[in-house]
Amino acid sequence: MKKIEAIIREERLDAVKKALEEIGLIGMTVTEVSGRGQQKGIPLQWRVGEYRVDFLPKLKIEIICHDDDCNAAVDAIMKSAKTGRIGDGKIFVLPVEAAYRIRTAETGEAVV
Amino acid sequence: MDTGDTAWLLVSTALVMLMTPGLALFYGGMVRRKNLISTLMMSFSILALVGVLWIVFGYTLGFGPDIGGFIGNFHFFGMNNVGEAPSDVYATTVPHLIFMMFQGMFAIITVALITGAVVERIKFSALMVFAVAWLALIYGPISHWVWGGGWLAQLGVLDFAGGTVVHINAGVSALALVLLLGARKGFKKETMEPNNIPMVLIGASLLWFGWFGFNAGSALGSNGLAAEAFVTTNTAAAMAALTWILLSWRQRRPTLLGAATGAVVGLVAITPAAGYVTPLAAIAIGAIAACASYFAMNWRSKRNFDDSLDVFACHGVGGIVGALATGLFATVAVNAAGFDGLFHGNAMQLGKQALGVLATGGFALIGTLVIGKIIDKTMGLRVTEVEEVVGLDLSQHGERAYGGIK
Repeated sequence: MKKIEAIIREERLDAVKKALEEIGLIGMTVTEVSGRGQQKGIPLQWRVGEYRVDFLPKLKIEIICHDDDCNAAVDAIMKSAKTGRIGDGKIFVLPVEAAYRIRTAETGEAVV
Repeated sequence: MDTGDTAWLLVSTALVMLMTPGLALFYGGMVRRKNLISTLMMSFSILALVGVLWIVFGYTLGFGPDIGGFIGNFHFFGMNNVGEAPSDVYATTVPHLIFMMFQGMFAIITVALITGAVVERIKFSALMVFAVAWLALIYGPISHWVWGGGWLAQLGVLDFAGGTVVHINAGVSALALVLLLGARKGFKKETMEPNNIPMVLIGASLLWFGWFGFNAGSALGSNGLAAEAFVTTNTAAAMAALTWILLSWRQRRPTLLGAATGAVVGLVAITPAAGYVTPLAAIAIGAIAACASYFAMNWRSKRNFDDSLDVFACHGVGGIVGALATGLFATVAVNAAGFDGLFHGNAMQLGKQALGVLATGGFALIGTLVIGKIIDKTMGLRVTEVEEVVGLDLSQHGERAYGGIK
């Protein structure tokens, strides 16, 4: 089992959701996060002049999938989240040690 | 007694009351979320505190029979000699009590205005003590000088609804407190993002709405002069907001925060002139005041001087522009009880207005420095560094604006 953590633009969520559904991945957790990458925030305006906001709002999607589905999932996110402009986000893949379904007490691959 | 005048003064007084919670929201939206409750609390508790003190000693110091042109005596102490019958001197067609309360609302908002300069770092207890002393020692005398028959009134200085008594007084006092308090921790290093700009707009709109009571109410009657002041007030606010929108385009884009600020500056500047000038003059006053405040704010923001919400640039500078503009644009064609200004052939009036600005500004600056210094040496003006970092909502009030986990 793998965990995919993708930091994406807020406005790409629908496209990413759809692309993952198409390859059969329904379950996901979405969190509003803020952070910064290479472009280091954006300028906002005050009454006069401006100030820099270091951390930009993004969404973090977390998906747990079978090892076999991982590449397809990464590929789907990569294509659907891309705009080509700076700030499109990042994808991380992590190993998952164990999984449990609370309702049925199932464990392992059956949970995903 | 005139029932129409009385009805209008009752309504106006209520309108001016609404300005203080409006101010709370105007200021509250601009601070960081950890200081929102604290900022709202400052204005609201001053509404309570000065609401009581005005009855006990505030009114008599400002409007009691004259002592040497400087301050009122204790003739009206605790509402002694103030009743349902009209005063012989002030607003002679309405109950003396409602004139007193109308003036009380002015005193309340003037003290509350100052808080914008010191939010996010002043100790709540120290602010309350400061408010008591400042009301007695600064607001009392200055309101007497201009409106209570004191020396500036005798000289013929014009202040229709409080450009000098309220705005210059509060703006300069704010400056004095900033000199004593210093900048907020992290000023110019950390991002201090306003927590809620829509809240700023609600506050500014309540101020604009309440200001009709402030200015048109200052006609002290339900009459043509009230209508005149109503029109000049709205016009100046609209023009100043528009000017600020245009100015901020120079620096990228127009902002809502700027538009709301512009409106407030226009309201400030028209206040001393509202019942003495024509609507066209109000357009000029709105435009000039917005430019002056905008550039004052720009200048201030480049310096290490942390007047948090620019009380001096908005109220001090706006008030000074308005007071001087009164000396330029005033005409007896609008108000026979006033005087002509420079543009109507009376250069002397501009000199008198300038004297009013200097006397009020000088007295407010020095007086507030002395009061502030004494409080700083005895109980301390500023919260500790830890309290400031945690935020004044938790450290001063044990409350927060937004709950944690839903």
